[in-house]
Amino acid sequence: MKDDTIKTGRSSEDKIIEIDGLHKWFSDLHVLNDINLTVYRGERIVICGPSGSGKSTLIRCINRLEEHQKGRILVDGIELTGNLKNIEKIREEVGMVFQHFNLFPHLTILENLALGPIWVRKVPKKEAEETAMYYLEKVHIAEQAKKHPGQLSGGQQQRVAIARSLCMKPKIMLFDEPTSALDPEMVKEVLDVMINLAEEGMTMIVVSHEMGFAKSVAHRVLFMDFGQMVEENTPVAFFDHPQHERTKLFLSQILH
Amino acid sequence: MTKSGKNHIQTEGLKAPVIRIGALQWIKANLFNGVFNSILTLVTLFFLYKVIPPFARWALIDSLWLSSAEQCRAASGACWSIIPANIRFIIFGFYPHELHWRPFVAIIMLVSLLLYSKNRDHWNKSFGYIWIAGLLTMGILMKGGLFGLTPVESDQWGGLPLTLMLSFFGMFAAYPLGVLLALGRRSKMPAVKTICILYIELIRGVPLISLLFMSAVLFPLFLPEGLTVNKIIRAQAAIILFTAAYIAEVVRGGLQAITRGQYEAAESLGLNYVQRMRLIILPQALKIVIPPTVGILISAFKDTSLVVIIALYDVLKTTKSVLANPSWMGFSPEAYLFVALIYFVCCFSMSNYSRRLEKELHT
Repeated sequence: MKDDTIKTGRSSEDKIIEIDGLHKWFSDLHVLNDINLTVYRGERIVICGPSGSGKSTLIRCINRLEEHQKGRILVDGIELTGNLKNIEKIREEVGMVFQHFNLFPHLTILENLALGPIWVRKVPKKEAEETAMYYLEKVHIAEQAKKHPGQLSGGQQQRVAIARSLCMKPKIMLFDEPTSALDPEMVKEVLDVMINLAEEGMTMIVVSHEMGFAKSVAHRVLFMDFGQMVEENTPVAFFDHPQHERTKLFLSQILH
Repeated sequence: MTKSGKNHIQTEGLKAPVIRIGALQWIKANLFNGVFNSILTLVTLFFLYKVIPPFARWALIDSLWLSSAEQCRAASGACWSIIPANIRFIIFGFYPHELHWRPFVAIIMLVSLLLYSKNRDHWNKSFGYIWIAGLLTMGILMKGGLFGLTPVESDQWGGLPLTLMLSFFGMFAAYPLGVLLALGRRSKMPAVKTICILYIELIRGVPLISLLFMSAVLFPLFLPEGLTVNKIIRAQAAIILFTAAYIAEVVRGGLQAITRGQYEAAESLGLNYVQRMRLIILPQALKIVIPPTVGILISAFKDTSLVVIIALYDVLKTTKSVLANPSWMGFSPEAYLFVALIYFVCCFSMSNYSRRLEKELHT
């Protein structure tokens, strides 16, 4: 299952993330077991799998919220090591959206968005706020700019969280179960924003069980179990003709 | 549920019932509901009847306010005269009598600066310069020796200016130091972490009195010959070091209350450690711990009275000295009530301000 066989005609400069022989342990628990993954610019990948399979840990390794113990991760040509400068440089280019939004509750929505550009990218305050308003409008939430996160619904908060990441003008967006903590009626508004983003050509890695989303925007779907990459395929093939027993079992469980 | 307004359920007419009760009903419901409560109410009333009228008679009706000590001895009420007769010594201690206007102006300046700072809209760039200029002026006023002011040695300082100085610098130096210690204790760097833990545990393990003794007796032994550090500064350092250790632990509690998600969100934006702490973590953590922090600051304020054991004349000690004067001996309740009032006004203002701050920062 070499990526290059699937993505023929791509040069190596198009690779934005290269993960090679990645292992990670939480004390004795082998959470990531020999993961190999190459992501190309503009590619959209959905990772699914049962809880505890290591999918969140995998994407958290990409911006080093988790440290890996073996193997190599290259993001945009920079290798992730203990070097703090490199880590911060990579985090500038990699946006992350969390399951529980993690907006900063003591700041207004506008301040949440402008903070990163002002302090990390050294953008002048006025310009950063203009950019912030632009992205707030994009996620249809501009009228809430002066409010605090606690005054917004879950769906609105998650859209703000996406806009906050976008303000940093990232090259890659990571989504860690972005809709799992939402009330059912709010899932769509968040997915719509993500679909828009996909249409604009953003490189995205999404940990999610939203099958509709995977089918409509993903180039590849990956299935993980027990820290291993079990199966990888195009969405249609993945859902209609799963190859492995574990994949079949998982799909039968989530599709009822 | 009624967000759209189209399919809203009828809610008018379903308001919470308003319950109004009269005074008599209130008394019945709260003071005489049952035999035990009725007895308790009666006993309390009897106790108040026994205590309040005699106290009011002593403190207000039979009291003397501007008399000599002899007249006081003849009267049966309180002798408040002890306060006006000795007010200058109680407030200024051994500061030269004709120069009392200087510490007086310094106190007024400090209080006005604090009142000015209450409004957080004033906290802008020039705010820091105002404070620095203010503190320098206060220092020059106290110490003299510049601009033709007569020099006054610091061993003549005492009373309220000393108390205010020890507590003001105690709090404002201990707070940032405490925050740094709290951050250090959670540091990933083993050396920093160990030093902070050692510091906090050692300081919290000894009483303030012993630290003051050490600053007065032990510390000078380690200094090279001929070099002395002013006694007030040594006491000040002891108070700062002591208070900081307690603040550190309170702040650490606040840091632990911040969820991991906040740290991760800040990290994933690419903020560095200092930015993460300054912009995201500390503003939230420090807000959570306002009530216990103010508790510590208030007790630090009152603990400054312990400097009496190394022979510094704070406002409590000057009051005691007045009582040692034969002509005013025996009027200690009046004098102590007066100092208690000074302490109360200060502590209550702090407490009030902290509540206001909590409300303002509530998000």
